[in-house]
Amino acid sequence: MSGEHAHAHPNYIKIWAILVFLLLVSVAGPMLEHPIITLITAFGIAFVKAFLVAKHFMHLNIEKKLATYLLCTAVAFMLLFFAGTAPDIMRHEGQNWEHQSAKHETARALKAAEHDPAAH
Amino acid sequence: MKPIATTRSVTGIPTGRLAIWWVITSEIVIFGGLLASYIMHRLGHEEWAGYAAHTNTLAGGTNTFVLLTSSLTIVLAHKAAEAGDGRKAFRFIWCTIFGGLTFLVIKSLEWTAEIKAGYTITTNNFWSFYYTAAGLHGLHVIAGMIIMGIISFQARRNKELQRVELIGLYWHFVDLVWIFLFPLLYIAK
Amino acid sequence: MSNASSPDSAHTGAHDEAHHHEESFFHKYLWSTDHKMIAMQYLFTGMAMALIGGFMAYAFRMQLAYPGEHVPGFGIVSPTEYNALVTNHGTIMIFWVAMPVLIAAFGNYLIPLMLGCDDMVFPRINRLSYQIFLISALILIASFFVPGGGFGGAWTAYPPLSSKAIYNLTPLGQTMWMVAVAVEFVAFLLGGINFITTAMNSRAPGMKMFDIPMVIWMIVIASILFLASVGPLVAGAVMLIFDQTLGTAFFDPNRGGDPVLWQHLFWFFGHPEVYVVLLPAMGIVAEIITVFARKKLFGYKTVFYTTLATGILSFFVWAHHQFVSGIDPRMANIFTVTTVLISVPLAEMCFVYIATLYGGAIRLTTPMLWALAFLGEFLIGGVTGIFLGASGADIYLHDSYFVLAHFHYTFFPIAIIGVFAGLTMWYPKMFGRMMNETWGKIHFWLTIIPFNLIFIPLFVLGMGGQHRRIYNYEHFPELAGESMQDLRILATAALIVMLVSQAIFLFNFFGSMKAGKKAGRNPWRANTLEWVTASPPGHGNFHPMPEVYRGPYEYSHPDREEDYWPQNEPPN
Repeated sequence: MSGEHAHAHPNYIKIWAILVFLLLVSVAGPMLEHPIITLITAFGIAFVKAFLVAKHFMHLNIEKKLATYLLCTAVAFMLLFFAGTAPDIMRHEGQNWEHQSAKHETARALKAAEHDPAAH
Repeated sequence: MKPIATTRSVTGIPTGRLAIWWVITSEIVIFGGLLASYIMHRLGHEEWAGYAAHTNTLAGGTNTFVLLTSSLTIVLAHKAAEAGDGRKAFRFIWCTIFGGLTFLVIKSLEWTAEIKAGYTITTNNFWSFYYTAAGLHGLHVIAGMIIMGIISFQARRNKELQRVELIGLYWHFVDLVWIFLFPLLYIAK
Repeated sequence: MSNASSPDSAHTGAHDEAHHHEESFFHKYLWSTDHKMIAMQYLFTGMAMALIGGFMAYAFRMQLAYPGEHVPGFGIVSPTEYNALVTNHGTIMIFWVAMPVLIAAFGNYLIPLMLGCDDMVFPRINRLSYQIFLISALILIASFFVPGGGFGGAWTAYPPLSSKAIYNLTPLGQTMWMVAVAVEFVAFLLGGINFITTAMNSRAPGMKMFDIPMVIWMIVIASILFLASVGPLVAGAVMLIFDQTLGTAFFDPNRGGDPVLWQHLFWFFGHPEVYVVLLPAMGIVAEIITVFARKKLFGYKTVFYTTLATGILSFFVWAHHQFVSGIDPRMANIFTVTTVLISVPLAEMCFVYIATLYGGAIRLTTPMLWALAFLGEFLIGGVTGIFLGASGADIYLHDSYFVLAHFHYTFFPIAIIGVFAGLTMWYPKMFGRMMNETWGKIHFWLTIIPFNLIFIPLFVLGMGGQHRRIYNYEHFPELAGESMQDLRILATAALIVMLVSQAIFLFNFFGSMKAGKKAGRNPWRANTLEWVTASPPGHGNFHPMPEVYRGPYEYSHPDREEDYWPQNEPPN
């Protein structure tokens, strides 16, 4: 039952070449050790690569919109999960509270790192 | 022997492909939950940047390249299947399987070195997340390879050619997860 | 893809005919891909697990009523055993009774029939889902027999109690429990995708979106809710299993982990889960009240959109289970608002159902009695939930028997009343016979009255300060008074009456298979497509496949002499 969705195929090798180039940029960027550049190259490029794979390899650009809505909704739920959980897990202090065990762990680890020549 | 039900398509999306989109949706929330938990810890614990410094970016980067290339080969398999060329699809599928195998080999070498250096799953929470996330991903790679193998033999006889696209979609998703795992585990130092 | 319609249309369906007449026992009952048989497999497994879960309730309630005494049929209940009993009672009832019967059994049975198809779109994956589910049940049961016994850390399995055997004392049980639950999740993910895809793609020609019977919408939306919410808990389960077995510290605060993370992972799923089981029960009630009041559903689109709204809102309320766990108080504010808000669409659905009944020609058959009981009891459950949703009141009520009574006033209507409603409604279709109405009604009253006598005392005890998960209240002087103990004994006595009365149902259910009056195709004179075909339906369900011309609830239509109008009857 193939061919029910016969469509024009883009040049997949060209897309692949762009992806590889982006990969190289995303590895090179953090080597400059600048936080903003790292963010843009490592993570920004990850989104661009994902977009390219989704659009051209997974054919979401010619698929019924339903599929895109499904996937975006799943991602939205993950953002919701993050939003509801991060205040307790990510933050280690607030107006009237302190996450003592996390703070102790961080302090202990940073102190150990100072003494440890292998860490950078 | 397929039921009539399988051949209907009220949504306009063929049944098999519709199902794969739902599979991917469910996988997004599984990996999403794990990765969201990782990110929360990573952003909250500044010492994790120090731990992450010991991951092997070369191995990670090479594996990213391997998976991207395997995504290419599986979409070329789909193109061949759509043109009715089952034998060509078979060859491209096996290139993809080989890519998966390469991925796993590199990962094994990488993990062996890390474990020997003393970074095991219980060393600290960063490494626990590292092995769990990459491990869960690796399990999905293995599952994908097995299913691809089965489909390849059907495709070679020009049977069930639509399944090539379906396993391709799954494989692209596995690639997508790695596209995000790579910067999360390897780059952010 | 063979659509070969056989000349032998009396027996066979769209598949190859020759083999189906001589199916071995193995192929027909154990290895079938037919959705109706798979539905039966889920149903009977769920019923068996219900007996186990019910027995556990008997044992621990006997301990509570007569602490330290020998329980007939069980022995002395030690503290560890008490914990294992309450833990596994809850776990079994939710994951191995409510879900398999309401979603997998009714879903499998009804979806193809009500949509006018010959089977699910992926019959072999359907079979695989059941097999994986069965394995999960066996793993759980096996956990009771290993050294240390079954896991006793509560169905919510909060670490570090659930992650360290030095605390929970069940080193093998803790992991087997978590693995069983995780495997069950996989089974339901697979099954759910089958249901969703079938419902989205395979409707009969002519069946528009709003011609789909409400119960199908409910089961499908429930499957979507499950699929969208279970992911983080699957991740959490892996993390917990690693903590238990490998010594990782995901949830260990001493080594940089966070137990509250587990709570969030669990409840992000746990809350939508209760709507996952609620929706099918509400769907079953919708089908019953329309048939037995001979009346259109009051607001089909209202119910539909309200269900969607409830489903989406259900993702925004989860931390109301964590009000006293030390979450950020500003989040507690937000979750209080959303929790109180979610009672609005639910109440609205109940009002729509009541409006459906109003002015109808009500026939108080056994299914209708169960449907009415659902509405009344669930309203009590829902209203008591509002007290718990307000974070201020919850500070007192959390972890008390008030919570327990609240969720039994919701879960019992869902998992027990809803199931009996569905079984008595569709029994004629499933088995070709009628159940005995008299015994059905006796069973109904002997279940409902004791049910209330179990849980109203528990509301009182909860408000009196009785906390949950304590095996012997004699150790707490302020809870050990005679009046409180009397309430505990009353609850236990009522439970025993209720459990014994279930024998009536079992006799009626199994006995009517042979001795019941023959049912015919459409004994209830209902509109939906499952009543078009034989009772029970043959292979392939419909010969020929039906076409649909109208919605499912055209009862008592003014233009018609008959008070019902089947969906597949061509317009004249």
